[in-house]
Amino acid sequence: MLRVTNKKADRRFKTFVYILFVIVLLSTIYPFWNLLAISFNNPQDSARGDIYLWPREFSLVSYQTIFGQNQYLGTAITNSILRTIIGTILNVMSCTLVAYALSRKDFVLRKFMSKWVFFTMYLTAGLIPTYILYSKLNMINTFSVYILPYLMSGYNVIILRTYMEKLSPALSESAKIDGASDLQTFARIIVPMCVPVIATVTLFIAVFQWSSWQDTFFFASNPKAGLTTLQYEMTKIIRESSSNLTEAQIRDMQGMGAAMATPQSLQAAMTIIATVPILAVYPFLQRYFVNGIVLGSVKG
Amino acid sequence: MSDNKHAKNKNSKMANFINMLKKQKFLLAITVPFIVYIFIFSYLPLMGWIWSVFDYRPGKGLSLEEFVGLKNYIDLFRDSTFWLALRNTLALSVLNIIFSTVAAITFAVLLNEIRPNFFKKLTQTVSYLPHFVSWVVVAGIFINLLRLNGGINNLLMSLNIIDEPIDFLLKGNNYWAMITSIGIWKETGWSAIIYLAAMTAINTELYEAAYIDGAGRFKRIWYITLPEIRSTIIVLLIMNIGWVLTIGFEQNLLFGNAGNFEFSEVLSSYIYRYGLKSREYSYGMAASVFQSLTSFVLIMTANRLFKKISNESVF
Repeated sequence: MLRVTNKKADRRFKTFVYILFVIVLLSTIYPFWNLLAISFNNPQDSARGDIYLWPREFSLVSYQTIFGQNQYLGTAITNSILRTIIGTILNVMSCTLVAYALSRKDFVLRKFMSKWVFFTMYLTAGLIPTYILYSKLNMINTFSVYILPYLMSGYNVIILRTYMEKLSPALSESAKIDGASDLQTFARIIVPMCVPVIATVTLFIAVFQWSSWQDTFFFASNPKAGLTTLQYEMTKIIRESSSNLTEAQIRDMQGMGAAMATPQSLQAAMTIIATVPILAVYPFLQRYFVNGIVLGSVKG
Repeated sequence: MSDNKHAKNKNSKMANFINMLKKQKFLLAITVPFIVYIFIFSYLPLMGWIWSVFDYRPGKGLSLEEFVGLKNYIDLFRDSTFWLALRNTLALSVLNIIFSTVAAITFAVLLNEIRPNFFKKLTQTVSYLPHFVSWVVVAGIFINLLRLNGGINNLLMSLNIIDEPIDFLLKGNNYWAMITSIGIWKETGWSAIIYLAAMTAINTELYEAAYIDGAGRFKRIWYITLPEIRSTIIVLLIMNIGWVLTIGFEQNLLFGNAGNFEFSEVLSSYIYRYGLKSREYSYGMAASVFQSLTSFVLIMTANRLFKKISNESVF
């Protein structure tokens, strides 16, 4: 008897969980999908609202406007790609090197360096001192503000070091007996064994670089410097369109007759453009992301 | 005789040390440049804090004439906008910590109760996705959904929850709830991973024993799953305490406007507006010092308390 009620309760529980999962799925996917539909809809028509899954009047005007009229877009895309590639490679290289030194129990500066790296994570100077430092180093409105501040990051060093410490020391010891130098051990044994965690860290930092825009806003916003990025151009559009359009404004725009992009439609198209690269790589790489957070959660 | 031996010992110790340095020249070569790098980019700016007791003007050196003592701090603590910003920062932080943690743990518990299958995997994979899109993109998405004729107003009206569309983006008293909810939408799936990882480490015998004793599903969750992941929860809470005073800036820049200023202004945006935009460097510096030092003290205290209670520490 008891068993039967248990089974019933079990089924009810599972139904509840699956309904919840469906809600999670829909509420995650729908907002992206809806934006996609709006970005391909006639902008004036979108202002009337009620667009859900499909465009009502298909139109490419928003994308044409963005690619045709935004004079900064070419520069923005180039800069976004450049900072992601250069910034990621340098960060991963330096984090791996420092992590290796810290993972060596016999290293003379191990204790000091651990603390030196660690405190950077919790003791930050703040925006104003950082701004003054960059201007003293002549970094303001140069590409270096995208690279130099992120040459190394404490969190990544700790993930990498934790992983390296768990590797069997027997391998590197036998390499040493065979006369391998530290550099050779690092390059031929440690790095190949760390490929999974290096992949994770690479993805973290690449997503970070791709998504950043506040550094442009604070330190490189002079249009003459040509340092704008995709995310920053998007921010500008969002900040212009965050207030709702009034009906009068919409009527005005409709009065203009021919198809014209609106702030809303531009913002929709821009959001899609900025999301597509992440969506494109996401299905292939998501397991590395997951690895990473599990590794990172193990305290060293 | 013994003196001689001692000296010899010392000498050989020194020699050993130098030998060690020579042996570790590769490790030193990769570490020393980064010691310098970290010094310049992380610790040198801390020295800039001293300007908070001067009347700093860019391009001028420090001189005693410009020394103003605690004037900037007194001005700061007398400014009502500062207290407003502090209130909003704390409110957003506390709401975020409580609701995000509860949401993530709940999601993890539910996932943990379901045997692996395609649908579970799909839900998990999709739920991480918003973590990887930037706040800019998230703002683009939610500004679209939250406008007067947007999806959320339409949904609420068709469910008869509201009669008239709400102007979420301009109405200040919605701001905290809006940002907290968006934060939950963005991060719950991702944060659940850590809790799930902790749950997979729980000894299954505990569950079997409880099952034999007749404990139902909810009792097992309450008396086994949650207590077993307690230390994970505490570690994450402590790490979050370090960010309590710094959050809310990006959201303020993206969602903030004149309509919700009273609720969206946070410490970081306050520092930005006074310190950088209106070039009151010394004043902004005082606010920066307050923010960074308090954060540091908070996390160190939290860690010490945690150490005392559980003999463990985050770092």
